[in-house]
Amino acid sequence: MNKEPIIELNNIKRKFIVGEETVHALRGVSFSIYEGEFVTIMGTSGSGKSTLLNLLGCLDTPTSGEYLLDGVKVREMEKAERAVLRNRKIGFVFQSYNLLPKTTAIENVELPLMYNPGISAAKRREKAIQALIKVGLGDRLQHKSNQMSGGQMQRVAIARALVNDPVIILADEATGNLDTRTSFEILVLFQELHKAGRTIIFVTHNPEIAQFCSRNIILRDGHVVEDRVNEKVLSAKEALDALPIEKE
Amino acid sequence: MNGSNLFKIALKALNNNKFRTFLTMLGIIIGVASVITMLAIGQGSKKSIQSQISEMGSNMIMIMPGNMERGGVRQGASDMQTLKLEDYKSLVNECKYLAGVSPNVSSSGQFIYGANNYPSSITGVGEDYLKIRQLTVENGETFTQHDIQASAKVCLIGKTIADNLFTGGEDPVGKVIRFNKIPFKVIGVLKSKGYNSMGQDQDAVVLSPYTTIQKRVLAITHIQGLFCSALTEDMTDNATKEITSILRHNHKLKDADEDDFDVRSQKELSTMLSSTTDLMTILLACIAGISLIVGGIGIMNIMYVSVTERTREIGLRMSVGARGIDILSQFLIEAVLISITGGIIGVILGIGTSYGVKFLASWPIFIQPWSVFLSFGVCTITGIFFGWYPAKKAADLDPIEAIRYE
Repeated sequence: MNKEPIIELNNIKRKFIVGEETVHALRGVSFSIYEGEFVTIMGTSGSGKSTLLNLLGCLDTPTSGEYLLDGVKVREMEKAERAVLRNRKIGFVFQSYNLLPKTTAIENVELPLMYNPGISAAKRREKAIQALIKVGLGDRLQHKSNQMSGGQMQRVAIARALVNDPVIILADEATGNLDTRTSFEILVLFQELHKAGRTIIFVTHNPEIAQFCSRNIILRDGHVVEDRVNEKVLSAKEALDALPIEKE
Repeated sequence: MNGSNLFKIALKALNNNKFRTFLTMLGIIIGVASVITMLAIGQGSKKSIQSQISEMGSNMIMIMPGNMERGGVRQGASDMQTLKLEDYKSLVNECKYLAGVSPNVSSSGQFIYGANNYPSSITGVGEDYLKIRQLTVENGETFTQHDIQASAKVCLIGKTIADNLFTGGEDPVGKVIRFNKIPFKVIGVLKSKGYNSMGQDQDAVVLSPYTTIQKRVLAITHIQGLFCSALTEDMTDNATKEITSILRHNHKLKDADEDDFDVRSQKELSTMLSSTTDLMTILLACIAGISLIVGGIGIMNIMYVSVTERTREIGLRMSVGARGIDILSQFLIEAVLISITGGIIGVILGIGTSYGVKFLASWPIFIQPWSVFLSFGVCTITGIFFGWYPAKKAADLDPIEAIRYE
């Protein structure tokens, strides 16, 4: 494993001013994530995990503390610079897929590359096809988003997160809208990506998912209350195969 | 960022909502089409009035003998004998602003050829007359300086005269017609000019050298009037002043004396009529312009709704790396594409409607090339202007809130 951390959080604090009250969403969070880790960040609502996800995804900046993404200091960056950083280094997977309506799978996957002028149209298409093949949708390139099931849409979203070769994939409740079987299918996909060397952060409130990941971080009231390496990572594939019995 | 990518994105977004895009465009289409049609009608009537005036000779100046008191009795203009051939010669020699000068003497009577006769008048003119009145000889030739010196009994006849005297379809050129028993040889037929805006038949004319009419018909030495043409329409005023001063000098008038002649130009008429049509054009363009603004507000309205509706899409685009400026550009491009496409369709529709009006209502139309460019430019500006606010709103969205917007 590479010794240089991809993500380095150092006493991150984030407060919001709502009316006259100051809400401390994060009260000093520090951890590092290295290449090849599959981390879950868990916590109940109000624990600060959404705020943390926004910070990790460079959508927001901390009030204080230092955040280094792949060696780049994010806190002092301008909005537009952070947009470019997201474009090159981060892949998002959202709970509700967020695909463009009436748009084919391939066009959805191409989207991040549209905002990267360094990539030609031909290269863009090629990369999008590769990403869709990786998530098992090689036969559905031209399907439109409204012609696909939830699981397929989430696969397209994962392909979209992969297409720019990000240093980190941020999944926000990526299985939250899916039924049990499809959720496992998606988890299988994440595990495969992890095996292939991807670094993944999976934000969820579902403790079940933690068993399939290599490291679990639990947040409560803006603090990290638990950060442990999962010694016994379960195979999502096996869980999926065993599913009909579990259902009963 | 990459302009062509943004262009593709915007095009795709419009394509996904074809019907809405079309409805948005409709305002612009109607706006532009009406601007073009209204301007075409306005300019068309202006042109038609101008061409009627210029058929009469827009730079023509008429000089008539003026009223004059003789022993307390005002005399009729036609009785006056104040204009002489000397006046004609000094105008020819001294006036810098005139392109042509012709004396004018006329007499009315019956024209006879064979068994046919027709009442009209014979006008004695100089060589410049055809040019001043914008007449052309269709068949045959005009009389020369030699004919004038020789007081030759030759004449040019208008279409109406030719049709009435030469009923058998004979060629009038070379034939001899009689006017009050005086034989005139027809040497040319004038090209038809039809009726003028006052309803006078401009083809019922017979032209002859002025010397012939003076000596052989009227037996006078003065002239009844002078027709002149200024070099250009703009020089009419200068020419009028110059003529007045030359004639006053010739007639030895003192500063206190009234003019014993009358100089009239077509300019007043022309100015009045064009200012009326200009006013009409402005009025029509204003009405059409308002509809263009309404179209623009339509764009703003739809774009504004579209930004709200596409909040999640905008949030997603931002999270995958679109900067504020990219979002702003995308929405601006969408607005401009709508307005330009609407503009193109509007221009085509406007030109079509203009010709429709021309054929169905027989109104004169004239499509100024600048009116097409103008409406096109206005469209683009409308798109940018009315697209700006919604686009700015989209660009300023917070990606965190936008991506989770329900």
